[in-house]
Amino acid sequence: MSKLILRGESLHLWRGERHVLRGVSLELRSGDILQLTGSNGAGKTTLLRILSGLIYPEEGRVLWSGTNIREDLRAYHAQLSYVGHEPPLKSDLTARENLRYWVGVRRRLGAADIDAALDEVGADEWRDRAARTLSAGQKRRVALAGLKLIGAPLWLLDEPTTNLDIAGQTLISRMIEQHATNGGLVLAAVHHELPVQARPVGRLDLAAA
Amino acid sequence: MSAVLATPAFEAARLILARDLRLAFRRPGEMLQPLVFFAIVTTLFPLAITPELSQLRQVAPGVVWVAALLSSLLALEFLYRDDAHDGTLEQYALSGQSLTLLLFAKTATHWLLTGVPLAVMAPLAGMALGAPVASVAGTVASVALGSVALSLLGAIGASLTLGARRSGVLLSILTLPLAIPVLIFGARATQLAIAGEDLAAPLYLLGALAVLGITLAPLAAAAAVRISLE
Amino acid sequence: MAWTWFHRLGSPPYIYGLAARLTPWFAWPAAGLIIYALYAGLAVAPADYQQGEGYRIIFLHAPSAWMSVMVYTTMAISAAVGLIWRIKVAHAVAASCATLGATFTFATLVTGSLWGKPMWGTYWAWDPRVTFELLLLFLYLAYMALRSAFDDIQRADRVSAVLAVVGVVNVPIIHYSVIWWNSLHQAPSVMKLGKPTMPPEMYIPMLAMFLGFTLLFGALLFTRLRAEVLNRERTASWIRDVVNA
Repeated sequence: MSKLILRGESLHLWRGERHVLRGVSLELRSGDILQLTGSNGAGKTTLLRILSGLIYPEEGRVLWSGTNIREDLRAYHAQLSYVGHEPPLKSDLTARENLRYWVGVRRRLGAADIDAALDEVGADEWRDRAARTLSAGQKRRVALAGLKLIGAPLWLLDEPTTNLDIAGQTLISRMIEQHATNGGLVLAAVHHELPVQARPVGRLDLAAA
Repeated sequence: MSAVLATPAFEAARLILARDLRLAFRRPGEMLQPLVFFAIVTTLFPLAITPELSQLRQVAPGVVWVAALLSSLLALEFLYRDDAHDGTLEQYALSGQSLTLLLFAKTATHWLLTGVPLAVMAPLAGMALGAPVASVAGTVASVALGSVALSLLGAIGASLTLGARRSGVLLSILTLPLAIPVLIFGARATQLAIAGEDLAAPLYLLGALAVLGITLAPLAAAAAVRISLE
Repeated sequence: MAWTWFHRLGSPPYIYGLAARLTPWFAWPAAGLIIYALYAGLAVAPADYQQGEGYRIIFLHAPSAWMSVMVYTTMAISAAVGLIWRIKVAHAVAASCATLGATFTFATLVTGSLWGKPMWGTYWAWDPRVTFELLLLFLYLAYMALRSAFDDIQRADRVSAVLAVVGVVNVPIIHYSVIWWNSLHQAPSVMKLGKPTMPPEMYIPMLAMFLGFTLLFGALLFTRLRAEVLNRERTASWIRDVVNA
């Protein structure tokens, strides 16, 4: 668990004519939790996608443990989990199957691992129903189970508390706190404050940039 | 942090294949639609041209191949567009696995769901259009082989049109011209099969196209998918 | 040293100015060569002993065909450059090539059709080279259709670039189709190494027309490129300086 540092240096991005990101810089170290704030359209999702390597910034670069992510993007991806606005689930597959095919492509999973993860997010009765029958909150919980199972050190989360009830919010804050305590890094784009209490949470406001 | 045991590449590909097949069988109606389309289209020709088998026999290779080509395009929607919409394609691009290999697995699924059934149906359609029974083996071989290239080209077309407006028609406009060489050799092979002659030459050419496609198409498709995620 | 030149080419204002300066150097010689070639080819060169007067359309047909393929290659190369090195100007060049290339391809098919009637007795034949040239036209149209299907110019650029590169496979096929298959078209008589098989009275106007068309393409490309650059950079500050000058 050596030098896990995520660094974004002077990131610029234009979308057509709009200068969406104007020289954004950030640094995240092992054990850090950073929340990205800003109004709609400020570029939170865009910044997350740049940090995940999906979007190429027009200027600036992203470094992971000192190396430019572009040098070995796949190795970088193996170290991160990115969960966007919508939980990445196939509507025709059950929660169990979704996890098997989503996470299984990245790391070897047994049925026991999947069940344990689903237990943790409270999926007792609905783990074998097709995802299209699940509520938005339940789908979000499956996504959280996936996040846990993937076991990557860097978490890039876009609005992770969406659709979660109070119990769900407690769940995610516990997960984030635990992850950071174990040396992980969490970067979350949020509209409201992250409900994390046990650890310090940094803040980067994009509207101000 | 527990040690992360990464899934080996081929197991990941196999998992994608299994997933897509499972998804297809959950919606059997949708899976059969391209095949129904094939049957309907081949029926249109004797109704439109002539019921005379001796004359239909001349156009049988062409009819069978054009219908196969069009049917092959229909199944592509299902394979790529859904994954783009629900975010699973994005997760595969972020999985740390080779996107090229994963898309190759998707293409293999497309071939298993479309190419193979069409290879079985094609000789039946051919015989309905006057082809002799002896031509069955040749027709099956040419459609089975040619449809490999079609699935690969379809992968390119489908990934290029992700997120585009009017993607259905656009997909056809992109893929059909690229598929012309496959059509030419495939129809020729079927024609030779119907005439009872040796069809080794066009079969080799179809094979060459398939090999060329296997090496290049998943790369192009992966590039197009990454662009769609930007 | 060479790389600074390359980097400057990637700058839109520089390209805009360069294209403006180069256009007359291409346009005037093009006009001269084409006029000479038309005169020499249509009026002066002797009638072909096999085909009579009708063969003269080859002075338009062969250069058009050459251009249709050359423009596609240019488009594919600049698309690849834009894709790999992310140079926006390269994408603008590719975009500017599309309509020009499609027009040359269409002209090739039409002039070929006009030649086909007296020569082979038909306005159209499904001969390999004709078929693949038609495929080239479809590729241009598909490229333009794909471009217009995306609102975001950057996405349109990159997606259509992939298509352009994939389609470049068609270019060698067109050239070799007359060798690989039995074709109505003759084997290459101009585009081959070694002594040409045509007499100089036909050969020289033909070369002049080839060169003239190439220069014409250059001039038209630069003009379109400037319009394309203006459109893409319309909110940039250097545009205001240019417009106010």
